[in-house]
Amino acid sequence: MKRNLSAAFAAPFESPSFLDCLRAVGYFDSAVPASVQRLDRIPHATTVLAVRYAGGVVMAGDRQASEGYQVSSRAISKVIPVDRHSCVAIAGAAGPAIDMARLFRVEIEHYEKLEGVMLTTDGKANKLAQMVREALPMAMQGLVVVPLFAGYDLGRESGRIYKYDPAGGRYEEDSYHANGSGGLFARNALKMLWKEGLSRAQAIEAALRALYEAADEDLGTGGPDFVREIYPSVFTMDREGTIELPQAEVARYYRNLVEVLKRKE
Amino acid sequence: MAALPFYVSPEQLMQDKAEYAKKGISRGRSVVVLVVREGILLAADNPSATLYKISEVYDRVAFAGVGKYSEFENLRKAGIRHADLKGFMYSREDVTGRSLANAYSQLLGSAFSQEMKPLEVEIVLADLGTDGRADEIYRISYDGSIFDEPLLTAVGGRAEQLGALLRERIKSPPPLPDGLRIVRGAFQEISESPLPAEQMEVGLLDRTAVGRTFRRFSRQELSAIVDTPG
Repeated sequence: MKRNLSAAFAAPFESPSFLDCLRAVGYFDSAVPASVQRLDRIPHATTVLAVRYAGGVVMAGDRQASEGYQVSSRAISKVIPVDRHSCVAIAGAAGPAIDMARLFRVEIEHYEKLEGVMLTTDGKANKLAQMVREALPMAMQGLVVVPLFAGYDLGRESGRIYKYDPAGGRYEEDSYHANGSGGLFARNALKMLWKEGLSRAQAIEAALRALYEAADEDLGTGGPDFVREIYPSVFTMDREGTIELPQAEVARYYRNLVEVLKRKE
Repeated sequence: MAALPFYVSPEQLMQDKAEYAKKGISRGRSVVVLVVREGILLAADNPSATLYKISEVYDRVAFAGVGKYSEFENLRKAGIRHADLKGFMYSREDVTGRSLANAYSQLLGSAFSQEMKPLEVEIVLADLGTDGRADEIYRISYDGSIFDEPLLTAVGGRAEQLGALLRERIKSPPPLPDGLRIVRGAFQEISESPLPAEQMEVGLLDRTAVGRTFRRFSRQELSAIVDTPG
């Protein structure tokens, strides 16, 4: 690092962006050089999803990180709250993805504190797209980061979902989306379960069921772990703010689901 | 640049600068920072609904400034940058009011001794205590001198009278509504004019909150508290 923290006090600084602040202290100078070999065996975060319901949006993710065919962590958190009204969920190379989510959170908070107002949901989504695009050189080396962003739009009074591609493309999804290695299976499940005007409870159920189906079909996705008591993390964002569903409630849902599935057999 | 034609003694120079800064600050309205049971209360006599004197800096740290708006606004932004950088590079728990207060003191001190024109500001940093660590309130003056205030502090125009009045009436942290009414009463007595709730800017570092503890009171919330007799 070229300069120390006192740089914050140094130059007159007009940008409300925390990223500019980090650039000024030389944080990005040590980025991965292009000559580095492709990294293949690093932990990857797997399935995350978002489902819109009447007046809000739910975001959920399994807890497993996988390294090829091996489990590298059983209890990572892939859904990260950003502020009172939005969350970001990560899939892809776990290290850079968590780093990006943490940086994104500070960026949004920094703007809000400096300017005295919150960014709009669209503004936050665009900012994230820029960050994904800036990570493109890393993606070329195998460190692909693909976030999913969801938030409650105060102006429209509804939930909104944005997906991204590694090149920084930003696409708004109307109803639901799922990412990661089990994303396809989760999307298929959601296709069956989703309809306009779901309630919060129904949307949570659909999200948890979709994660279950993804874990069933995809090796990289972790299902509910009754032995260690590790369950998917679930956040809802609506008029009430960002609320994390207690693990006990998630556990109860999965116990019921297992009972129902057994009876059918 | 040509040399200065007259000799001015350093004492005279400093005295002039101090007088200039004090004059600038005393023209403005004031801010009170007070420990209450629910947290740390920051209250300003501020007719503007958008040009704030009180602000969030970090999870448990808040800022209040008086004097020249452009100058304390710059200081506020520098503080937020400093806190966010530190919290990002180390951890959120490593951001403390004390280190920020020190940084402010250095900055104001060197500006006072080196610049032609001193900064016409006085600022307060409040740090909400946690897990047995006590609440901290720091007042930093235009010349960089720093004061650790145990229960309350007042800055701005007629700050000394205001502080004395409040210290007489408040001996230990009061509940929030009482504290707010006492502060408003003191503002009114000092300025000898009524102060409607719409003209107050109030924030609280909330002891019961987790994560970002600062919240700003809306004008409606405020009049609900101060206009109901307790």
